[in-house]
Amino acid sequence: MVSFILNGQIHSVNHVLPETTVLDYLRETLGRTGTKEGCASGDCGACTVVIAEAQEKTLKYRTSNACITLLGTLHGKQLITVENLSSDKTLHQCQQAIVNCHGSQCGFCTPGFVMSLFSHFKNYSSPDRDQLIESLGGNLCRCTGYKPILNAGVSMYENGSADKFDKNESDTIRMLKGLPKEDPNLILDTRKFCTPKSLDELADILLDQPNARLLAGGTDLGLEITQELAQPKLIVYTGSIEAMTCIEDRDHTFHIGGAATYTDVSPLLVSRWPTLGELFNRLGSVQIRNQGTIGGNVANASPIADTLPPLLALDATLTLRKGSRRRVLALKDFFIHYKVTALEKSEFIESIQIPKGDGSEYFVVYKVSKRMEDDISAVCLALRWRLYDNSLRDVRIAYGGLAEIPKRSIAAEKALEGNDFKESSIRDAMSAVSQEFSPIDDVRASAKYREKLAKNLLFRAYLAATQNKSNLRVTDYCA
Amino acid sequence: MPSDSSGKIEQTATKGHTGKAMSHESAHLHVTGEACYTDDISMPSDTLFAYVGLSSASHAVIKSINLDEVRAADGVVSVITADDIPGLTDIGPVLSGDPLIAEDRVEFYGQVLFAVAASSQSIARRAARLAKVEYDLLPANLDISAGISANSYVSPMHCQQRGNVDFAIKSSPLSLEGNFASGGQEQMYLEGQVSIAIPEENGNMLIHTSSQNPSEGQKLVAKVLGIDYSKVTVQVRRMGGAFGGKETHANQWACLAAVFAQKTKRPVRLRLARADDFSSTGKRHPFESQYRIGFDKEGRIRGLDVELFGGCGMSADLSNAIVDRAMFHIDNCYYLPAVRVRGHRVKTHTVSNTAFRGFGGPQGILVIENIIEQIATVTGIDPLKIRERNFYGAAGNRNTTHYSQRIEQHIIEPLVARLTKTSNYVERRENIRDFNAHNEVLKRGLSLTPVKFGISFTVQHMNQAGALIHIYTDGSIQLNHGGTEMGQGLYTKVAQIVAREFDVDLDRITCTATRTDKVPNTSPTAASSGSDLNGMAAKDAASKLKKRLYDFTEKHFSVPRSAIHFSNGQILIGTEVYRFEEIIKLAYQSRIPLSATGYYRTPNIHYNRETATGRPFFYYAYGAAVAETVVDTLSGEYRVLRVDICQDVGHSLNPGIDVGQIEGGFIQGMGWLTSEELRWEPTGRLASDGPATYKIPAVGDTPVEFNVELFPNSPNTQATIFHSKAVGEPPLILGISVWTAIRDAITSIADYRISPVLNAPATPEHVLAACDGLRESKLYDHFDKYRS
Repeated sequence: MVSFILNGQIHSVNHVLPETTVLDYLRETLGRTGTKEGCASGDCGACTVVIAEAQEKTLKYRTSNACITLLGTLHGKQLITVENLSSDKTLHQCQQAIVNCHGSQCGFCTPGFVMSLFSHFKNYSSPDRDQLIESLGGNLCRCTGYKPILNAGVSMYENGSADKFDKNESDTIRMLKGLPKEDPNLILDTRKFCTPKSLDELADILLDQPNARLLAGGTDLGLEITQELAQPKLIVYTGSIEAMTCIEDRDHTFHIGGAATYTDVSPLLVSRWPTLGELFNRLGSVQIRNQGTIGGNVANASPIADTLPPLLALDATLTLRKGSRRRVLALKDFFIHYKVTALEKSEFIESIQIPKGDGSEYFVVYKVSKRMEDDISAVCLALRWRLYDNSLRDVRIAYGGLAEIPKRSIAAEKALEGNDFKESSIRDAMSAVSQEFSPIDDVRASAKYREKLAKNLLFRAYLAATQNKSNLRVTDYCA
Repeated sequence: MPSDSSGKIEQTATKGHTGKAMSHESAHLHVTGEACYTDDISMPSDTLFAYVGLSSASHAVIKSINLDEVRAADGVVSVITADDIPGLTDIGPVLSGDPLIAEDRVEFYGQVLFAVAASSQSIARRAARLAKVEYDLLPANLDISAGISANSYVSPMHCQQRGNVDFAIKSSPLSLEGNFASGGQEQMYLEGQVSIAIPEENGNMLIHTSSQNPSEGQKLVAKVLGIDYSKVTVQVRRMGGAFGGKETHANQWACLAAVFAQKTKRPVRLRLARADDFSSTGKRHPFESQYRIGFDKEGRIRGLDVELFGGCGMSADLSNAIVDRAMFHIDNCYYLPAVRVRGHRVKTHTVSNTAFRGFGGPQGILVIENIIEQIATVTGIDPLKIRERNFYGAAGNRNTTHYSQRIEQHIIEPLVARLTKTSNYVERRENIRDFNAHNEVLKRGLSLTPVKFGISFTVQHMNQAGALIHIYTDGSIQLNHGGTEMGQGLYTKVAQIVAREFDVDLDRITCTATRTDKVPNTSPTAASSGSDLNGMAAKDAASKLKKRLYDFTEKHFSVPRSAIHFSNGQILIGTEVYRFEEIIKLAYQSRIPLSATGYYRTPNIHYNRETATGRPFFYYAYGAAVAETVVDTLSGEYRVLRVDICQDVGHSLNPGIDVGQIEGGFIQGMGWLTSEELRWEPTGRLASDGPATYKIPAVGDTPVEFNVELFPNSPNTQATIFHSKAVGEPPLILGISVWTAIRDAITSIADYRISPVLNAPATPEHVLAACDGLRESKLYDHFDKYRS
C-alpha cells in the first residue's frame, strides 16, 4: 500500500496499475482536474505539482512533472496540487501575483506556473531574475511571452516570504513520519510496483526477476509509459534505498549513489567544477532535475545525455552490482553500442565515483542546443587538460551527439597530449575530431553542423583558456 | 453582486470599463485550477473514450486494413471506418478535400484511417495501434519544391499587379533578384485538440469542444450525422490556446466523437495525445518566394516582381485566403510603385496547413523585410533609412496599395520616429558597430521592423457577429456573444464594453460560454476581429436594452429623455437617484423585455478577385519593434538582449490585455523565426512531433529588457468599437525584428557589405552556416559593381 498526504489527509492506494502516473491518478481517478496534461512527456510543465519531503525539521518542496511521475514514488511524501494553495477565497501570494500582473491568458499552463512559482517561493526568500528563470525554465507558456509571469515572480514577495504552509509545517512533518511504512507497493492482478528498502533487497529482486524495470527518476521510463504505452509487469523503485541516494565527498572521489537526483548532486559537483553549473541549469528543467538521476542518465546510455561527456572527461567509474557481486568499471568501457551497455541482466548501477583531481586542471563543458533551456544537445563537449610548462597533459575530450554513444575523441586527445599549448595544436585536434567521427543527421541537427560544432567548441575552449571569457559566450554577455 | 435590499445609494466609483487594465475575467479561476477546459468536464460513468488510427504512409493507396485485433481488444466497444459515416464524409471547410476518415487512399503521414471507442483513454490508444494496414506507396511530394516540380496545386494562382513592373525593374539604377524560404510553425497550444459528444433525446447532439469556430463545428457535425443543424449544439467555454490551430482543425475530432455518440448512444470523449496532435493537425504554411526588385541608389523601391509559393499540404482548407493574405501584405508599410505578386497554392503530401496567427500576413511581410535588408546591404545605407524612405506617405501620390486600397491613416512614420527615439536606435547602432569591430567571436545586431496589418476577414460575409444580453431582476447581467475565448481576453473586453454601455460595475456582468443555441451562425474567432465584431454586436444589444429602459423610464416617471442618465450603477431620473436593479425590477414588473440580441456587420469592405482590387480591409493596425541580439559566430547561438515595441491599438479597450497580446505575439513570432523548426523524416513522418524536439521560446528567451508602449493619442479614425484597433495578430509580425537583428549581426562579419544566406527559422545551425558562408565568401570584390 502506498500512502501519501493530499489535502492535509493521509491518502492510501493499493490496487492500481503499477505504471499509473500521478497525473492520470489525479485527473481520471480523483477528478482533480486543476493539474493539466500538456504533453505527457515532461517537456511543458502544465502538470507541475509540488512534492514535499520531510527533512530533519523542515519540509523540502520540489516541483515534479506529474505526467511522468509514477504514483508509487509518492509514498511517504506530501503531494501538493494547484487546488491546495488558496484557502477560502484568499489566493496564495503566487496566485494573486499572477492575477495582478496579467500573468495568465488562456490559463492552461497557469496551474503549472503557479506550482513552479510556489516552489520557488518556498525555496527562495527573495526574488532574483536568474533564479526565477531557472525555476520556470520547465514551464512553457504560448500566450504571454513570460514577462508578466516573471513580474509575478517578483511581486509575490511584496508582503514577505511567509505563507500558510509555514504554519502547517510541523503538523505535516509529524503526519509524514507517522505514515504506514510497511510494503509500499501497488498491486493489480499480476502486475506490481515495489519499493525495496536496501541494496540487498534490490539485488535479490533483480536476480529473481531479471526483466523487472528499474525506476530511479522515471524521466525515461515515464516516456515509455506515456508515449509508447509500455505496461511493465514489475516496476522496482530505487529511490527509497538510502545507499542509492547517498552523495559522499570522499578523500579522492565524489561517491554518488545510483539513484541520487541531479538536484541533489549538482551543488557538490558545481562547487568543485563551476563549468558544470551551466550544464546542470540547462539539463532538462527543475522538474526533471528533481526527478532524474545521474545513474539513470548513465544506464540509459543515450548519445546525447548531458552528464556523460563530463563524466567521461573526469574519468568516472561505476560500481555495478549483481546479486552479491560488485565490480568496478570505467565509464568509458560501459557504453558499447547505441543504448547497449556493459550492464548484465540483473545487474544495476550501485554508485558512480568521480575522481576529484588536484584542482590544477583546466575543465570546460559546452552544450549547444536550439533553445538554451530544457533542450537536448546537438553537441556537448567536455574537455580537460593540465598544463606542465606550456605542454598539454592528461587530455580528455569527450563528446555527446557525435556518435551512437557518448564518446571520448581518442584522436583529438592524442593530437594534444604532450604537445605545446598553442593554436596549431588545437587546429590539429580539430582535424582529428572530424576524421574520427561521422555524426548523423536528425531532428536536432545535421551531421555537418555537428561536425562543425565539435571543432568550433574545441576552438572556443582554447580561446577561453587564453582570452577574456566575457566576450566568448552569448550567455556570458547577457550576464 | 450589488445588493438591492439597502435603500442607501452606492457612491463607489464605477470600475472596469473600457480603457482600464482589468484582469482577465477568468484569471482567478486559472490560478486555482478551477477554470474548466473541455477535458476537465466531469463525464458520466458510461462515457466512451475515442481514439484514432493514423496512416504511416504519406501518399498511398490503402490496399487493405485489418481491424480484427482492434475490435477484439479488451474494452473496445466500437470501431468505425469511412463506411460508417452516416452523412457527409468530407469536412473541408471551404472546398472539399479533407476526408473525415481516409477512404481508399492517404495523402499524409498521420491521416485518420479509422477510429476506436473504448472504456478508457489508454485502452483506446493501445487498440488503435493494433491495426494491420497495407499500402501501395505512391510518389510523395513532401515539400514545396517537390510540389512545384510535380505541378501540384490545391487551387489556381492569383495575381495582383500595378504598373509595368518589368520596365520599372529594368530601368532602375540598381536591382536584385533572389529567393527566400520561411518554415512552417506548429501552434503548440498548451491544451491539445479535444471534443466531447453527448447524445441527447430525439437524435440531438451536444458537443463540448476546444474550437475557435463553434458554428462550423455545428454545421459539420450535423452534416456528418445527416441531421439538421438545429439538432446540434456546440459549446465552447474557453480554450487553452488556439492561435488559428482550432479554426478548422478542431472539427474533425468533434465529428468523430459525434459519430460514435450517435452510434453507441453514449457520451464520447476524444482527446489527441500530443505527438498525434502535432502529426495530424495543420500548421502555419511554409513559404518559398522568388523575387526581382529594382531600386535607386538611395534605396527607394521602383518595382517588385515576386512569386509566393505557399505550402498548403494535402488540401485547400483555408489556404486560398492565407496565400491571399500573404499577397495583401507583400508591401508591408512600403509604397511599391510597380508591382506584380503571384500567389501559388502548392499541394504537398503533408498535413493540410491551416490558420496560424497572422494567416499568411507574416510570411508575406517577411519576404519584403528580407528584401529591404538586402537593399540596405547593397546600397550601404542603414536598413532603417531604407524603410523610412519607402513608407507610404500622404504626400506625393504614395498612398495606395497594390490592390488599390487607399491608406487613410498615416501612422507608421510618426510611430517609427517615436520608437527610434525611445529605443535610442542611432546611438546604439554606433555602439554596436564599434563592438563588432573589436570582437571576433560575438557579434551584435540591431534592427527595427515595422508592420501594417489589414484588419477584416478577406471573405466579406464572415465580417458579421451576434450577441445576446439578458438582464435579470436582481440587476445582474448575463453576456453572450459569438466570439470564443482562447486566452486573448475577448470575454473581458466585451464585458467591459457592456459595463460601459450601462455604466455599471464590471462584476455585475457574467460571461457565459459561447454556444450555437444562444448566438447562431457565427464566424470563427479569428483574423484579430474578435472584439471589433463581437464588441460591436454586444454594444448593439446593450443599446437596444438601454433604449427600452429609457423609453420605459420616460413613460413611467413622466420625465423627458434628457433628464435620464445611466451613471455609476445607478439611473438618475430628474433629481431622483435609483439603483440600476431598482429600475430593472420596475421594468420587469411593467412587462418590459430584458433580453436583447445584438448584431454587427463591418461596413464598406469589398474585394474583386477578377480585377484584384478593392478595399478588403476596414482599417490597418500598425506597430514597430527594435530588437538587439548577440550572436556567437562559432556556434550560431544567440540571445535577444533588448526589445522595444510601439504598437498602434487605437484607443485601447484594455491596456493590460493589449500589452499582453503584444508581448505574447512578439515572442510567438520570434519563435517562428528562431528556434521553432519543423522537420520531417524521408517517409513524411513529422520528426519534430512534441515539445521535446519542437522548441517554442522558453522563459529564458524573454528579452533581458523588454519595453512595450501603446502608441499614444491615436484613436482609430474608423468607427470601430470605441475607436480601438485589433491587436491579436499584428504584434506577432514584429518578431521579424529579431530575425533581422540576427541577420544584422551576421552581416557585420563581412563589414555589412554582403548579404548572408539566411532563411527562416534562424536556428543556431542556420546562423552558423550563414556566418561561415560570409567568411568563405569571395564576393568582396564582385560586390563593388552594385555601388556603381
